[in-house]
Amino acid sequence: MPPATTSSSVQTAPLTFQELLFRLQGFWAARGCVLQQPYDVEVGAGTMAPETFLRVLGPKPYRVGYAQPSRRPADGRYGENPNRLFRHTQFQLILKPPPVNVQELYLQSLEAIGIDLSKHDLKFEEDNWEGPTVGAWGVGWQVMMDGMEITQFTYFQQCGGLDLDPICAELTYGLERLCAFMQDVDSVYDVVWARDPETGAAVTYGDVRLTEELQYSVYNFEEADVPRLWEHFNSYEAEAQALLAKGNAVLADENATAQEKRRFPLMSTYELALKCSNLFNVLDARGAISVTERVGMIGRIRNLAVGVAKIYAQQQAA
Amino acid sequence: MADFLLEIGLEEVPARMIAGAEAELGRRVNDLLSRERLLGPGAKLTSYSTPRRLAVLVEDVLASQADTEEKLTGPSWKVAFKDGAPTAAAEAFAKKAGVPVAALEKVTTAKGEYVGATVKKTGRTAQELLASELPKEVLGIYWAKNMYWRAGKPERFVRPVRWVVALLDSAVVPLEIAGIAAGNASRGHRILHGDHSVVLPLAKSYVEVMRKAFVVADVAERRQSIRKALDKATRTVAGARWREDEALVETVVHLTEWPSVVLGDFEAEYLALPEEVLVTVMRDHQKYFAVEGADGKLAPHFLTVLNIQVDAEGEATIRHGNQKVLRARFKDARFFWEVDQKTPLAERVESLKSVTFQKELGSYHWKTEENLAVAERLARMLLSDYGVKFDSYRLKTAVKLAKTDLTTELVKEFTELQGVIGGLYARAQGLGETVACAIYDQYRPASTEDAIPSTVEGQVLGLADRIQTITAMFGIGNAPTGSKDPFALRRAANAIVKILAESKLQLTLAEVVEAGGAEGSNRDLVTAFLRERLHFYLKDVCGFAYDVVNAVLVAGANDVRDAISRADALTAVRGSEDFAAISAAFKRIKNILRQAEEKQFALGSPKDVTLSAEAQRLADSAAALAPEVASLRQVRSYGEALALIATLRPAVDAFFDKVMVLDPDETVRGAHLGLIDEVLRNFSGIADFSEMVTG
Repeated sequence: MPPATTSSSVQTAPLTFQELLFRLQGFWAARGCVLQQPYDVEVGAGTMAPETFLRVLGPKPYRVGYAQPSRRPADGRYGENPNRLFRHTQFQLILKPPPVNVQELYLQSLEAIGIDLSKHDLKFEEDNWEGPTVGAWGVGWQVMMDGMEITQFTYFQQCGGLDLDPICAELTYGLERLCAFMQDVDSVYDVVWARDPETGAAVTYGDVRLTEELQYSVYNFEEADVPRLWEHFNSYEAEAQALLAKGNAVLADENATAQEKRRFPLMSTYELALKCSNLFNVLDARGAISVTERVGMIGRIRNLAVGVAKIYAQQQAA
Repeated sequence: MADFLLEIGLEEVPARMIAGAEAELGRRVNDLLSRERLLGPGAKLTSYSTPRRLAVLVEDVLASQADTEEKLTGPSWKVAFKDGAPTAAAEAFAKKAGVPVAALEKVTTAKGEYVGATVKKTGRTAQELLASELPKEVLGIYWAKNMYWRAGKPERFVRPVRWVVALLDSAVVPLEIAGIAAGNASRGHRILHGDHSVVLPLAKSYVEVMRKAFVVADVAERRQSIRKALDKATRTVAGARWREDEALVETVVHLTEWPSVVLGDFEAEYLALPEEVLVTVMRDHQKYFAVEGADGKLAPHFLTVLNIQVDAEGEATIRHGNQKVLRARFKDARFFWEVDQKTPLAERVESLKSVTFQKELGSYHWKTEENLAVAERLARMLLSDYGVKFDSYRLKTAVKLAKTDLTTELVKEFTELQGVIGGLYARAQGLGETVACAIYDQYRPASTEDAIPSTVEGQVLGLADRIQTITAMFGIGNAPTGSKDPFALRRAANAIVKILAESKLQLTLAEVVEAGGAEGSNRDLVTAFLRERLHFYLKDVCGFAYDVVNAVLVAGANDVRDAISRADALTAVRGSEDFAAISAAFKRIKNILRQAEEKQFALGSPKDVTLSAEAQRLADSAAALAPEVASLRQVRSYGEALALIATLRPAVDAFFDKVMVLDPDETVRGAHLGLIDEVLRNFSGIADFSEMVTG
């Protein structure tokens, strides 16, 4: 049992947005997690960052936590909806393999951010997760507190089309929503992001992000140039496919040295796949993808992700 | 005698799976104990479950199996003993039986003297047997969705197993499930009890000890306490009642270990939203019970079932939190409603082109065009039916707009409300009640229990939509096979049958198929498919006996309501003695005619020869009855027709008693065959009585 942090003491003022992140990071760092920085390519969810997508593959144990800004173009509301955002922040946690007391640790993390569990209604309700674009699925729960989903808890079973062994637990805290809940504000834009320790002056989430939410919605729903987005998509996809072909060739080559295999730029290939995924989401928000095309597009992105996962697994084994 | 307790501690099991798993565990434990002869005379099994545990308590389990004695018989005495000394055969038998040669006995049977041995087996203990057999029973439980959790993937289960309790009275049964050794320590409520273990001193004390750890293990008790708590919380609002919702009660029963209830409120302004939307948000998205006022209308309150008991401060916090979530969801719904009104349904028809119905077939726009053609054909068929009044112009409008709600934001958010939303929008946009109701009801009946659309226009729309889907899906080879029916075509066909059965529409299955536009072999497939569903409807929905259903459908499976009337009439007479005799006779007639056909005997006419008295009597009675039966059939007085047919019995009985049907004389035989063939044809129009199971 790690030493209790000061955070578990009774807290009167709710945490600011940034304090919430600090607390979660501190709590999980004290339980052996590597703390990573947000990934610097657009993703729709923390799961798609390589710290999850790649690290869950193969036998090597790993524990990591990171805040991941996650883009969902279709969820943008020009900054007018108090609960929906184009870009929200997930605190993503991977525990591979999951410790036997993973649920208890999770509950302790809630206490660590100042939630008195004896004064709330907490339920683990079935919610299985599937990410068709990354060939991943798992079973788990949405953790409900007083009728609100505060965390997605998933036992990953497959990723990149590959069966996982060991499996891992993925915990995803939706930070804006959690913080609005703790600060008891009706709009995420009223969440206090930071407070000046001397003056007590608050900087709100709206101060920091409202304008960009508006602008992103304008782009995603009105300005994004559909033919050009398709061009981008095709171009990124072609480059990724070309790289995958090279990677498969070198990994299948019996004469290739371990060093040659290791040199294959897997991360860059994966990033091209992520670009495709994000473009797909923008095209979708723009209403440019019919339901028929949709299935095909998801398949194209999935092919890239599965190709990357296969090569990663081989590189790890090489 | 001992009490046996097994508790499997799990991470939260999905609510929808718990009841089935609890029952299965009980069954498996009972079967194992019974198979292994470990159940005492007063054995009683009780099962328990909460989201975090499945448990079974069996009272009166034997400490060990009874010892058994088995008598084995070996080779003949003469072969086994020569001059009083055992031979190799005796030794081999003794070895096989596991007894010393000296213990062999002489067994005398009718065939002679043999060597015998008495083998005594000491019963195994319950401890031993449970330890070796129970784990595989537990791991064999069926789950709709499984997972792996341990490295190396040794087993799959619904969620990770975290503890196991296995006790015979106070003794731990040394078994291991999924790598967890059983003990006597359970766990209590996550929050109210905390992480420390709950020691169970005695198997029998399970329920009471768990209760002290804030776990109500008994499902029925939780159900009752939730219902009471819902009543109590509702009483704080004068005249209010909570909306009964059995499925929701079951869900929350399986989401809680220590339930309590909080009543919350929402702003009355949201009551302006349609009740359907409000209830869907509360029930499906938030698992809240809706509350209605004395007038039966929705009141601005909701009830949420908690998995904890809290003080007043906690209750206020929880109420506040839930209210906030609900308010945000209602706000979203209202926003979607308002946005959707900016584009009336009529302007959405074109955008159905980008909504795929089925990728090999086309979009919902295509589907709508097809539905229009089908509905028009149905309408034309109905025009000659003066009993049914409908507005063909409004029907057309309803069909045209039926699918447009698929493009609305509200349906994208609440997919389960498709059709309903379309109907509400049609009403709000002034399209009139006829159009609105037809659209609203188009997916009804959603199940065999659900009601059919309330208006003729809705019924026709429902028929057109479904027969079009079935015909088109069959056309591209998507007919259901075995248990696979991914497009729910059986449900669609069941709905067609139910609409025909319960409406006043004078349409036959053949007409519906015709309107659907199936061609060539597809037409036969679709027809057979609908007939199969009619069979299902009569047997499984109406509950007619299978022989009645077969008898009725052989005589005609085209007019649904007529088939039901005939089945009713047949069911009413099926018990009578006269009728059983008639059925037996018809079976005999069928057999004789089959034989005659095999032997290529020609059918003649009763008029060809002078018949025997009995044959003539049958011919006369049948000839007298036939027109009467026919006219009763015409007016669908099937009960009277069947009663009349039953009066044939004496004539039929006498005929079969005295007359040799397959007379050696070809002309006489032909006359007899012609007679019974006529009887069969004249009286099988209501039902083929030969299908009836008799005495």
